[in-house]
Amino acid sequence: MIRQRNTRQRPRHGWQGRLQSMLSPRIFLRRHLQVAFDSLGRLYRNRVSSLMTAAVIAIALALPAGLFLLLDNLDRLSGSWDGQASMSVFLKQDITDTQAGALLKQVSEWPEVGAVELVTPAQALEEFSQQSGFADVLGALEDNPLPYVLIVIPASTQLDPVAASALQARFTDLPETELAQLDLQWVQRLAAILDIAQRIILIIGVLLALAVMLVIGNTIRLEIQNRRDEIVVTKLIGATNSFVRQPFLYSGFWYGALGALIAWAVVEGGFWLLAEPVARLAGLYHSDFSLETLPLQLLLVLLLGGILLGLLGSWLAVGRHLDAIEPT
Amino acid sequence: MIQFSNVSKRYPGGYEALSNVSFHMEKGAMAFLTGHSGAGKSTLLKLVALIEYASRGQIMVDGENVTRISRRRIPYIRRKIGFIFQDHHLLFDRSVFDNVALPLIIAGYRHQDIGRRVRAALDKLGLLSKERLSPITLSGGEQQRVGIARAVVNKPMLLLADEPTGNLDPDLSREIMSLFSLFNDVGVSVLIASHDIPLIESLDYPVLSLEEGRLAHPEAGAA
Repeated sequence: MIRQRNTRQRPRHGWQGRLQSMLSPRIFLRRHLQVAFDSLGRLYRNRVSSLMTAAVIAIALALPAGLFLLLDNLDRLSGSWDGQASMSVFLKQDITDTQAGALLKQVSEWPEVGAVELVTPAQALEEFSQQSGFADVLGALEDNPLPYVLIVIPASTQLDPVAASALQARFTDLPETELAQLDLQWVQRLAAILDIAQRIILIIGVLLALAVMLVIGNTIRLEIQNRRDEIVVTKLIGATNSFVRQPFLYSGFWYGALGALIAWAVVEGGFWLLAEPVARLAGLYHSDFSLETLPLQLLLVLLLGGILLGLLGSWLAVGRHLDAIEPT
Repeated sequence: MIQFSNVSKRYPGGYEALSNVSFHMEKGAMAFLTGHSGAGKSTLLKLVALIEYASRGQIMVDGENVTRISRRRIPYIRRKIGFIFQDHHLLFDRSVFDNVALPLIIAGYRHQDIGRRVRAALDKLGLLSKERLSPITLSGGEQQRVGIARAVVNKPMLLLADEPTGNLDPDLSREIMSLFSLFNDVGVSVLIASHDIPLIESLDYPVLSLEEGRLAHPEAGAA
């Protein structure tokens, strides 16, 4: 029965064998699928502890993801403003259409003015009634109380406060001007605050990513210790290091993926809980703003990040601990 | 199959387990390795299986000099060797079938081939009815036979056995030894370390006798 030689069925040894199995996608794929599902099965058999590990990973992933999304939404809230400070110059009530046109031409030639737009009282009324929700009240007005307005966008994109004030003063000094108002200073401040918040979230994110890696690395380290006998035996009967490594790398992969899925559910759930109060607040401001999470993109990003961190963490643990286990 | 040339093995701490051992075992031969415990039997087998490395001398396995072999190559040498341990080294978290299938999975055999070969090996060792059991439920002799099935399932060229009958009663020991003879009959080289002198003497195979790390009868080395 046990014949000494059966070269036809015996896989070739050494690099030829390796090359052969690498070059045959079917063997390669089947082996990987098998190991992947074996690892998944192992996680399932220890589902309570696996779930706890995945939950820790999920929290560490959900926190920066959720904060980032929140920030993104805030950014979008202020995003109707295109990132530049602008100035509203309200002209006096008695300015006529021609005068306003002449003024528009005049100021558009100023070097510190990048762009200027004239808003007629009719346009302004329309826009105001659309945005404010006072359409009914405004409709009751006999005359249009609104003046001509010049919307001025400064030439330099990052206008410093001194230059902004100088420009404001120049407009105020014009005889036609009733009021020159530097708009959206709060938006600039908000943008600055959001920048800081973004940095903080980045730092938190990096730290938590590190934590995810360490958690997975430590879990894999324990798993390696628990399966020490098995590793020794497989090495004794000819397992390569990569053969021994694979199941642990797949464990890291699954931990990362599972953590990412839970993190996704946590973030979506959190935003779902926030949606109603945010809508109520937005309603108070007559805004139709609502929180957006882009579930599919979020899922993709979380999965990618989780799997990457899982693989990295397990790779580190495997590199440190696996090669040291040799049969004696 | 195995050639030792002036091989010494000194462990860290200065203990010399093997001193200047030379012998040549030809392809297809079967031999016993005897000696008191501590004489260096296990060390010699470990040197062949690349579990330990010689401090001095040259070792050839299947025509390949393994004295200074790269770590990456070791698994492929080990796949040519079936190693049978005194304490079996079975994995208790899986069935008899899965234990025996392990070398085939490692070597990347196809699923159908694995099932066929594992059952053939189990059948040979009279364990076919136990394939679904966990090794822990088996008797010592049965566990040893599972270990042998695992060692022969990928049809190695060389079988190494370290005290394969160490824990077994005489009848079982005799049965195990006759199994090794059967493998040898189909061309497998077999080297068995054992201190069961009566059993060895009842069988007609060359004997390598180690005494404190030295071969006692170098003439027997022509096995």
